[in-house]
Amino acid sequence: MTAQSSTYRPRRFRLKWRHLTFSRFMLYLLLTLLVVIAGLPLFAMVCRSLMPLDELYIYPPRLIVHRPTLRNFSDLLTSLSSSTVPFTRYIFNSLFTTVVTVLLSILVCCMGAYGLSKHHPAGSNAIFAVVLAALMFSTHVTQIPNYLVVNALGLVNTYLALIIPKIAVAYNFFLVKQFCDQLPDSILEAARIDGAKEFRVFWTIAMPLLKPAWTTLAVFSFVSNWNDYFSPLIFISSNALKTMPLALQTLSGGAGVVARAGTVGAATFLTTVPCIVVFAIMRGKVMETMSFSGIKS
Amino acid sequence: MQATKTTGGAPGSKASEGALKQWIRKNGVGYAFLLPFLILFAVFVIVPVAVAMYYSLTNYNMIQPARFVGLSNYSQLILDDDVFLISLKNTMIFAVITGPIGYFASFLMAWLITLVKRGRGFFSLMFYAPSLTSGVAMANIWLILFSGDRYGYINNLLLRLGLIMEPILWTKDATYVLPVIMLISIWMSMGTGFLVFLAGLQNVDPAMYEAGKIDGIKNKFQELRYITLPMMKPQMLFGAINAIVGAFGVFDVATAVAGMPSPNYAAHTIVAHLYDYAFTRFNMGYASAVAMALFVITFTLGRICMHVFRDDT
Repeated sequence: MTAQSSTYRPRRFRLKWRHLTFSRFMLYLLLTLLVVIAGLPLFAMVCRSLMPLDELYIYPPRLIVHRPTLRNFSDLLTSLSSSTVPFTRYIFNSLFTTVVTVLLSILVCCMGAYGLSKHHPAGSNAIFAVVLAALMFSTHVTQIPNYLVVNALGLVNTYLALIIPKIAVAYNFFLVKQFCDQLPDSILEAARIDGAKEFRVFWTIAMPLLKPAWTTLAVFSFVSNWNDYFSPLIFISSNALKTMPLALQTLSGGAGVVARAGTVGAATFLTTVPCIVVFAIMRGKVMETMSFSGIKS
Repeated sequence: MQATKTTGGAPGSKASEGALKQWIRKNGVGYAFLLPFLILFAVFVIVPVAVAMYYSLTNYNMIQPARFVGLSNYSQLILDDDVFLISLKNTMIFAVITGPIGYFASFLMAWLITLVKRGRGFFSLMFYAPSLTSGVAMANIWLILFSGDRYGYINNLLLRLGLIMEPILWTKDATYVLPVIMLISIWMSMGTGFLVFLAGLQNVDPAMYEAGKIDGIKNKFQELRYITLPMMKPQMLFGAINAIVGAFGVFDVATAVAGMPSPNYAAHTIVAHLYDYAFTRFNMGYASAVAMALFVITFTLGRICMHVFRDDT
């Protein structure tokens, strides 16, 4: 099966559902219920970010916004900047570290997975076994030695502390490797006969074919790095270098919480929305890659 | 580890220099591609496990050199540290409840989606959206929903329905704080395995279902039991491992909702304990022992899963 033919294709159910209108009705009812459960907190988030201050503190509490305003967002992005680090700085910090991490992770993991999958150097099986094993423990286990390394390199309180440890991720490597395995060698061989150097083969032939795999990697990597709370918590103490989740927690706690309820709502919105947008755009590619994500044991 | 030669390598008859050259010619390109990954992976993932193992046997505060103390960190952890045992208990309760619920909810949603014709894109986006959110960010919303006064949406609803007489201090009362965190985590994790399962479901060859019908499969549930599930073992395994690692690593939501330390340690988790000893007390040796406990638990469960979902075919 080639990458092209295995696209995200919904399986058609011709069958009996057409007649069993009651089951169909129940099915859609259940789906709708699940959508409401999944969506209600997000709906509340959107509404609260648009509520003027008096509506936020009205009794009884209101779920749906009556007089939507963008005041909270303008407050967050402008008036807060006079007192502390401007919120736009946190957005930049998050965006910068996340995007750089994602790009480097794509490059490093795709190169590695390609080398392992298409060149089978001696020891490939052992390397892959170790990567598989690394899927089985959370990153918290290695956080202390990571801190010691980052500290020894003098990188505490720098962007690099948030980037370097998260480039070589077992999960990412695994996804690309599984996808790469099913690329036919013949395409690569043809390029090699044409005399292309190995890196050129990788860059101009393999990378375009691996696009579904690395767009998926990009989505997952973006989401996990954007939302990461633990790494900045231990590596970053300087206010100017905080990322959104950390800054958001500072903003929502402490004094002046009442006055800030609106801006916290806006900040929550700005922290949550990018990941959902990124996923919504890339959904098709993600589905294509996940088809190969199973572990055969 | 990259020096392990499993296949190929150098045939013994050649002179050692020639053999080395031959080895490089055979494996050089592969390793050139692997090198950046292997270095970073070794420095930040593999070696750290060994280092954490070593530090767990020492007393180390980052100022004085590490002093070897044998297994005393572990004995203290198990025998003298009540707070660790609380964190272990909380994490276990959390994982045993949220892990399977998130796992089966993901599967259910993926399965339901394959049964509908229209709106798959919309449904999959909605189901997956909670897993895309930041626990720390959404905690702001949940804290309002579960606010302890009459302004809290949940309290307000329950009061109006007459189910409670007084507002409940959801996130301050030790009785309620862990269940609230579990509820939030289930909401966040009910989509985590969703994509993997959906992909697995869509990979099952439709001809299998046709064949199944001839063999006497009557309804969707039998189809699921006898055709779909056996075909999806690799995805089920991947999903299970992710669910275990996620459930035992609970920290963000717990601290964001309950604070640190939480009331009566009711929301104290293994990772919270690790964070407390490592990065507020800088007792790296003891914290490494906590990390090792987490490592052993998730790794053992991961191995068990690999065994359970073994592909017999």
